[in-house]
Amino acid sequence: MTAQTATAVPRREMDSTSMLLVILKARTFIALILVFVFFAFAAPNFLSTANMVIMSKHVALNAFLAIGMTFVIVSGGIDLSVGSIVGLCGMVAGWLILNGIDLGLGWSIQFNTIEICLLVIVVGVAVGAINGFLITKLNVAPFIATLGTLYVARGAAMLSSDGRTFPNLNGSAEYGSDTFRMIGAGDFLGIPISIWMLIVVGCVAAYIAKRTPLGRYIYAVGGNEKAAALSGVKVNRVKYFVYMFSGFCAALVGIIIASQLVAAHPATGDTFELNAIAAAVLGGTSMSGGRGKIGGTIIGAFVIGVLSDGLVMMGVSAFWQTVIKGLVIIAAVVIDQAQQRVQSRVALQAQAALGK
Amino acid sequence: MADAAHPIGLSIRNGLKVYPGTVALKDVDFDLHMGAVNVLVGENGAGKSTMMKVIAGVEQLTQGTILMDGEERVFRSTDEAARHGIGIVFQELNLFPNLSVSDNIFIAREKTRAGVDIDMAAQREETRRLLRRLEHDIDPDTLVGDLKVGQQQIVEIAKSLAQDARILILDEPTSALSASEVEILFRVIADLKANGVGIVYISHRLEELIRVGDYITVLRDGAITGARSMDGVDVPWIVRNMIGEASKDFAKEVEHDYGDEIFRAEHISLPNKSGGLAVDDVSFSLREGEILGVYGLMGAGRSELLECIIGQQRDYAGSFFMRGEHLAKRGVSDRIARGLALIPEDRKQDGLVQILSIRENMTLSSLGAFTRGIHMSLKREAETVADFIRRMTIKIASPEHEVSSLSGGNQQKVVISKALMTDPKILLMDEPSRGIDIGAKAEVFRVMRKLAADGLGIVFVTSDLEEVMSLSDRILVMSNGRVTGEFSKDEATETALVEASAMGHAPDHAPSSAFKEAS
Repeated sequence: MTAQTATAVPRREMDSTSMLLVILKARTFIALILVFVFFAFAAPNFLSTANMVIMSKHVALNAFLAIGMTFVIVSGGIDLSVGSIVGLCGMVAGWLILNGIDLGLGWSIQFNTIEICLLVIVVGVAVGAINGFLITKLNVAPFIATLGTLYVARGAAMLSSDGRTFPNLNGSAEYGSDTFRMIGAGDFLGIPISIWMLIVVGCVAAYIAKRTPLGRYIYAVGGNEKAAALSGVKVNRVKYFVYMFSGFCAALVGIIIASQLVAAHPATGDTFELNAIAAAVLGGTSMSGGRGKIGGTIIGAFVIGVLSDGLVMMGVSAFWQTVIKGLVIIAAVVIDQAQQRVQSRVALQAQAALGK
Repeated sequence: MADAAHPIGLSIRNGLKVYPGTVALKDVDFDLHMGAVNVLVGENGAGKSTMMKVIAGVEQLTQGTILMDGEERVFRSTDEAARHGIGIVFQELNLFPNLSVSDNIFIAREKTRAGVDIDMAAQREETRRLLRRLEHDIDPDTLVGDLKVGQQQIVEIAKSLAQDARILILDEPTSALSASEVEILFRVIADLKANGVGIVYISHRLEELIRVGDYITVLRDGAITGARSMDGVDVPWIVRNMIGEASKDFAKEVEHDYGDEIFRAEHISLPNKSGGLAVDDVSFSLREGEILGVYGLMGAGRSELLECIIGQQRDYAGSFFMRGEHLAKRGVSDRIARGLALIPEDRKQDGLVQILSIRENMTLSSLGAFTRGIHMSLKREAETVADFIRRMTIKIASPEHEVSSLSGGNQQKVVISKALMTDPKILLMDEPSRGIDIGAKAEVFRVMRKLAADGLGIVFVTSDLEEVMSLSDRILVMSNGRVTGEFSKDEATETALVEASAMGHAPDHAPSSAFKEAS
């Protein structure tokens, strides 16, 4: 009933604004296409299958973290601890493969690959739960709480090996952990396992965001926590979930890296959290909470990944790469602000057209 | 019209203001009389606020001129307007909750020594003087965030007083004030008037306008439909000019019987920050189909009582019963599941998630109803939303738009829809008509009546005497946290209500015998 009345506003003005809005909304995607096309011409071998596989593996690592980060940021928080969780989880995986769990009874428990992965995930989720506990029950600001766990987790990772690397994580066929390497090295239908995992996690996260009450609550909590609470949303549970999910994503990355390198180094994952935040912001996630899409974040991760790999292939210096990455992020946020303005103008216009 | 006593201080000639896609002001001629109260009235979206924003420099006219003292003026910013002595108190409060009262009053105009060091003592002293003038005993060092909405409004008014404005625009200053605070405000207005200040007064409360105004201007759809001096103006005249010929009345009475007791509160007490009791031993019961009006001054503990009932406040003493069953668990989601729903006083802060769409706001409390397992049916959600939009006659272009694009009345309807979607047995409404126009108000009241007739129990809080008298089946008066009066619809009189509402503020707490005399 309302659709017809909306057209009362001069058509052309509406159309051009809506066009602009569509372009602005698809900006990250357009940016991805642009960098892709650019490097296809500028960098030799950029389009080769081998390069595509390597590049997608790089991107996947950041994309996992960025998906978890998107939920956290949409809920109005921030998770700085993911990089450290990656390092810690890698070390836990390495420890379990090399040593199992020594109960001090003269023998130790050894695990197969699945069990190792589950245990590592439990560790990642547990760190996320600690973040959630600090933020909800002890009322610590997310930035500080996760900064604390960043240091604690990193320190724990260092302590686990006195700062040394766990080498040769080949596992043993006897315990069924020799398949651990396959996570990073194997493929299915020609696509690396880690990409399949990304597809699954991405789909699940997008489903949660769009089609479950939990997803809606995450947006509501980020948009107006008080109103959400008064509407009956269990705010604390929502917050626990986002940090635990973020921890889960970080644990996956820890496993994948340990498997790819067949080694676990305690400094792994340093500053990964910043790349994850960058990908989320590039994908249109608002740092003030309430806005963001999983799809946008994944595209954002691809833009960053393609950009840095492409620049490497072109032989651009690492210092310039950093500068360019920063500029891209700033540009993304500036455009995002423009989109917000256009979007609210379109909504106001349509509302005004109702004759109010 | 411009007699010698009230010279014209500012005029708009052929004012036209176009927003993208809408004309907010059409060819407006407006004269502002100094030393008088210029009342501005019209439904929401009629252009009152736009016109004032133009005068205060928030917005600029698309066409037309503003004349001050015979000279054409263009105010590009509020700063520029303030320099010409124009002050404005916005309907939406513009205060910093994290700063103290005196910091707020002197924001951007700090009293300084040598331009750097803020003279805190002088600011505090000045703040105290201003607040004394407004007859409010608020400590200048209190954080504004710790004040109730009504007190915040007082601070906002004090802020413009501090600027020595020659023209003072008050946009709905009384919407959060109680009767006695309104009296204080009126005294202040009279005082300002005597000093030659030109006041523009916007309100939805018509009786108030007639009482306080000297000149009246009525706006409808951006055009002025009536402007005259206040002599001989009555409510029907205003309403006729505001909404055209058909007058809208408050909800007609629909007689229906009350059912059994559905809700009971026993000895509810809630401590406040300063060590006293915000809610002091309140007990009441509510029957199915009954509308219980809770009247009282600001800070009487009405909102806090509702907060206890909905479970937002967890630290209260006493107990609530629904159909005789004790509500043991404290927490909003549990109370909503038990069939309680709250429509909060502050729509913007507590009622809506501004950046989410209308649809997402409406269903936020009732997503479970569209969910099987973990899967949410977006189709059923959209159908329910469309159904409620029709039933509540919400004027929107699309349910996917951000809720912040709606007018106050439509936003309130979204909040009410959200509450009703949870299928409540008891509806708690905190100032349901605050800041919405007369048409939307009548619709909200009609909905309340209908819900009561359907067997819902309604508790609604208001500081509007007329509203509480015409809508309630029973009236509870609160003062200083205590219930100081209970009246049935027939025995309630305005005098009795006002007296009961002032009782708790007497220096000596009057025993209940005094309340009998009062009624």
